[in-house]
Amino acid sequence: MMKRVLFGVVAIGLVACAAYASFYIAPEERTMGAIQKIFYFHASTAWAGETTFFVCFLANLLYIWKRQPQFDWLGVTCAEVGVACITVVLITGPIWAKPVWGIWWTWDARLTSTFVLWILYICYLLLRTLVDEPDRRALLSALFGVFAFIDVPIVFGAIRWWRTQHPAPVIMGGPGSGLEPTMKAVFFFNVAVMHVLAAFLIMERYSLEKTKHDVELLQHQAEAR
Amino acid sequence: MALLSNAAVLLGKEVRTEFRSRELLSTTIVFVLIVVVVFSFTFDPTTNESRRFGPGLLWMAFLFAASLMLQPCFLREQVNDTLGALRLAVSDPFAIFLAKICANTLFLLLTELLMLPVFAALFNVSFGAQLPGILLTFLLGSLGISVVGTALAVISAQARMRELLLPLLLLPLLTPILVVSTEVTIGLMQPEPYMEWKGIGLMAGFDVVFLTVLWLFGEYLLEE
Repeated sequence: MMKRVLFGVVAIGLVACAAYASFYIAPEERTMGAIQKIFYFHASTAWAGETTFFVCFLANLLYIWKRQPQFDWLGVTCAEVGVACITVVLITGPIWAKPVWGIWWTWDARLTSTFVLWILYICYLLLRTLVDEPDRRALLSALFGVFAFIDVPIVFGAIRWWRTQHPAPVIMGGPGSGLEPTMKAVFFFNVAVMHVLAAFLIMERYSLEKTKHDVELLQHQAEAR
Repeated sequence: MALLSNAAVLLGKEVRTEFRSRELLSTTIVFVLIVVVVFSFTFDPTTNESRRFGPGLLWMAFLFAASLMLQPCFLREQVNDTLGALRLAVSDPFAIFLAKICANTLFLLLTELLMLPVFAALFNVSFGAQLPGILLTFLLGSLGISVVGTALAVISAQARMRELLLPLLLLPLLTPILVVSTEVTIGLMQPEPYMEWKGIGLMAGFDVVFLTVLWLFGEYLLEE
C-alpha cells in the first residue's frame, strides 16, 4: 500500500516538474508563441496512449494464447487508460489547432486515425459490458482488440493516401525536421513522465480489476453454500 | 485441399439456403434502394453533385446494408445449434469462415450489381466503359466488408443487443474500405475516368491482412 502511495506521489510530482519544464525551461517557439507549449503535453500523452494500446494488444494476444485472467485484466485496464490518454489528445489537439491552423478539426491522416483508434477502443469497452459470461467476455474482447489494433495502421495509410494536413513529423521525421535541443530534451522528459503516469494509472486500475474479480469469486462461493 | 472442398460444400449449403427463401437478398436490395432514395433528398442530385457525393453515399448504403445482412449469418446457426454440428463436420474451422465469407461476398456483390444501374439512372451518371474497374472495386470492397463482418458477426451473436452491436463494431473497422472504395469509385465516375491502382492495392492489402488474421484466430471465435 505504502509503495503505491509513494509511486502516486512520484508520478504526480513528475507531472508538475514536466509542466514547469514545458513553461519555463523550453524556449518559446518563434511563429506559434506560447500556444506551442501545449505540444509537450499533447504529443507526449499521444505517445503514452499509443504505448498503452500496444500493451493492450499484447495482453489480448497473451490472453488468447494462455487463457489466464490476469491478461484480461491487463487488457481492459490498458484500454481504459489508453482511451483516457487519447481523450486528452483529442481535446488538446483542437485547442492547439484553432489558433495555429484557424480550424478546430481537419480530417487528415493522423487526426482521423487517432479518432478511429479512440472509437475502436470505446467499442472494445462497450463490447465487454454486453457479454455476461466472464471467460467468453475476455476471449471475445481480446479477439476484437486484435482486430482493432491491426486496423489502425491501415486507416492511417488509407487517409494518408487520400488527404493530409497535419504537419510532417518533427520527431524522427527525416532530414530537415527536428526540434531545438532544449525543446527536444523537455519533450522527451514529458514523454517519460506521461509513461510513468500511465503506468501508475494502469497499476491502480489493475488492482481494482483484481479486487472486482476476487469479490465475484467470493460471491459465487457464498451462493454455492 | 480438404479445407477447400469442405468450404465448397458449405458454400453450396449457404447459397441453397438463401436461394430457397431469397429473404436476405430481397430485403437488402430494398434497403439499399431506400437508403439511396433517402440520401438523394439531402443534396441536389444533378450530374456534377452526383459525381462528388454519389460514390460516398453508394458505399455508405452498401455498408449499412452489409451490417444488416451479415447479422443472421451466424445467428441462424444458433437456433438448432447447427454451428456445433458444423464444427464437428469440418477438419479445419476456417472452412466455415471461408464458406460464410464467400457467400456473404456473393450476396453483397449481387446486391451492388443490381443497384448499380438503378443508381446510375437515378443520379444521371454513366459507368459504361468503366464496368471492369467498377467490378474489381466492388469485388475487393465486398470481400473486405465480408471478411471483417463475418468475424464480427460471430462476436455480436454471442452478446446482448446484438442488432446494435454489429454495426457499432463493424463501421469503424471498415473505415479504410469506405475511404478507399469511395475514392476509387469517384475516379471511375469522372468525365475522363481514371483508375486509382494505389487504392485497389490498399483494398487488396486490407483483404489479405484480415483474411490472415481470421485464419490465425478464427478457431478461437468458434470455441464453445
